[in-house]
Amino acid sequence: MALSIYDFTTLTDAIHESLSRSMSPLAVQAIEWTIIGIAILLFVALFGLFLVYAERKVCAFFQQRLGPMRVGKWGLLQTIADFIKLLMKELILPKQADKFLYNLAPFIVIIVSFLAISVVPFAKGLQALDFDIGIFFVTSVTSVGVIGVLLAGWSSNNKYSLIGAMRSGAQIVSYELSVGLSMLTMVILAGSLQISEIVNAQSTGWFIFRGHIPAVIAFFIFVIAGTAETNRGPFDLAEAESELTAGFHTEYSGIKFAFFFLAEYINLFIVSAMAVTVFLGGWMPLHFGHFEGFNHIMDFIPPIVWFFGKIFLVIFLIMWFKWTFPRLRIDQILALEWKFLLPINLFNIVLMTIIVINGWHF
Amino acid sequence: MAEQEFDKIQTQEYLVNMGPQHPSTHGVLRLLVKLEGEIVHNVEPHIGYIHSGIEKMCESLTYPQLPYLTDRMDYLSAHMNEEAVCLCIEKALEIEVPDRVKYLRTIISELQRLASHQLWWCVMGMDLGALTTFFYGLRDRERILDIFEENCGARLTLNYSVPGGVMFDMHPNFQKRVKEFITYFKKVLPEYDQLLTGNVIFQERTRNVGIFTKEECIAWGVTGPSGRGSGWSCDVRKHEPYSALPFVNFNEVLYYGCDTLDRYKVRIQEMWESMSIIEQLIDNIPEGDYQVKMKGVIKLPEGEFYQRVEAARGDFGVLIISDGKKNPYRVKFRSPGFSNLSALNAMSKGWKIADLVAIMSSLDLVIPDIDR
Repeated sequence: MALSIYDFTTLTDAIHESLSRSMSPLAVQAIEWTIIGIAILLFVALFGLFLVYAERKVCAFFQQRLGPMRVGKWGLLQTIADFIKLLMKELILPKQADKFLYNLAPFIVIIVSFLAISVVPFAKGLQALDFDIGIFFVTSVTSVGVIGVLLAGWSSNNKYSLIGAMRSGAQIVSYELSVGLSMLTMVILAGSLQISEIVNAQSTGWFIFRGHIPAVIAFFIFVIAGTAETNRGPFDLAEAESELTAGFHTEYSGIKFAFFFLAEYINLFIVSAMAVTVFLGGWMPLHFGHFEGFNHIMDFIPPIVWFFGKIFLVIFLIMWFKWTFPRLRIDQILALEWKFLLPINLFNIVLMTIIVINGWHF
Repeated sequence: MAEQEFDKIQTQEYLVNMGPQHPSTHGVLRLLVKLEGEIVHNVEPHIGYIHSGIEKMCESLTYPQLPYLTDRMDYLSAHMNEEAVCLCIEKALEIEVPDRVKYLRTIISELQRLASHQLWWCVMGMDLGALTTFFYGLRDRERILDIFEENCGARLTLNYSVPGGVMFDMHPNFQKRVKEFITYFKKVLPEYDQLLTGNVIFQERTRNVGIFTKEECIAWGVTGPSGRGSGWSCDVRKHEPYSALPFVNFNEVLYYGCDTLDRYKVRIQEMWESMSIIEQLIDNIPEGDYQVKMKGVIKLPEGEFYQRVEAARGDFGVLIISDGKKNPYRVKFRSPGFSNLSALNAMSKGWKIADLVAIMSSLDLVIPDIDR
């Protein structure tokens, strides 16, 4: 068994074989599912906490502060301490709240995030599910999240929450179009909906370079619409602190609030992961045409490093938006989507199709 | 059956209580907002949550004690308020204060105006969702507060002016530090424009939002930068110059857009004008006494005395009615925040909730100034 950080298929195959030797196929599958489930849970918890920390640090440096510094070295344990605090807090149920829906909402939101993570290709062979309709799966699963937000706003019997939830509903339903269509543009270039296929197709060059003009347009639209999908600033209307106090999760406390909080950061990761997978070559290293020496050095860096490096780049970009721009108004947000992004997107798909048919891409 | 069910469903106005604890009311202001979806139909301000009866309290205090209370009304333009009271008392006693006092008062007032506008800028950005502005503004405001602290020991409620002069002579470092601050802030103020004013989202959020014409401003008594954003020339510093203001050249900042963006621009431009006023004065502070020798017990002659100054939020007036005793018979303050708030309903009717927050921010309300 050769362990390699360049190809995880050897590792996963080895585990599968050693399990199959002594157990029935059903038991093997059950164990494998459990392992994957625990791995994703661990990843979500740790990465979510890390992202919260990263956001606080990034925002602090934008604002000429230091951010958390006291708990642990450079405040590294701050988010863990915060999380423990949230775990121990009392869960408050508002009077006359719809009890069942109120308790259900955070779970819907967080389960959706977990589901979407399952198709993210972290490195070669490190992908839990590889459907042949992977892209479709991601768009459909992430669109369920809005139900959780709507339920949270409706069931907490708070007027601010309801306004926040309605805003969020209008916003997410609109921006899903842009997310879907901009990914579809790249699917035309890749010729497949399967995520592993899309990544493999970028081994000779990332799609953002190969698809040039339409790909760059699609990338920008994807980042804008993705930010809107995750309810982050400047599209954080659902929470809109200065208008609606905390929007749809005003009435949530303790671990249920933590679920919403964590889900927001996991969604941030999913949006960045999709942007990286579809536009920036997934875990593929950066290659430039025939510079063999350069390409070889790039190959030497493990794929998982490439993947997370790109992820952090996109996450930083999205955080940069949030801490620089003022918030849009609800009608402006909808106008931006329906009057600008959607027509550009439709035109972009036609452009991409023409380019692919004529072979004008690289 | 279905039809009957449908008849039972009634639409009603969505009544939302904004405040008394709300992130964008900046204090304990309560707005009863009638909504239809996102659109604001009616705003009813409920004030008085921190009413402290300052006007009534003044009646049982002696004249030198009055400025301490006025500091606590509009704490962001504390010195302008106490300057108004002192000017009013001096006017009644027909005392002419030395030029040094006049210069110091005007410099401190303009510094206070800068600090107030800086804080307003932070908060305006924050209300619109750009949280970073808050820290930029506070960073610069801190420098002014440091100057205040060195000069008179207090950072917020200064208690610097007293009837007949100022409490202490200026600190030896005062001129140097003010000049340092001006050179620093001249470099930093364009950053404000880069971060917020030039931003497309910001301009979209504020342009043509909350239009309030000049005539309406006059009718509602919306003074200060909010009135000047509608082209109403209402700067007391220009029309009835007081303290050292007759000695300086400055422009009254006027914009004619009548909207939130122009009310914003007036304040940004006023910061430049304030800096220019300070620059003209800081090097020419005349030698002399910093106080006029006053009697132990000040008694105003019988009569009514009124003095207005331009506070950071608008026209601030003090009316003292004296019956010749050692404490006033009646004191009335005309606070700019109260009149500006009264126009909020007329300004924000028909706009969205997000606009209501932006409009409220452009009026720059300080709640203790309203409640008194």
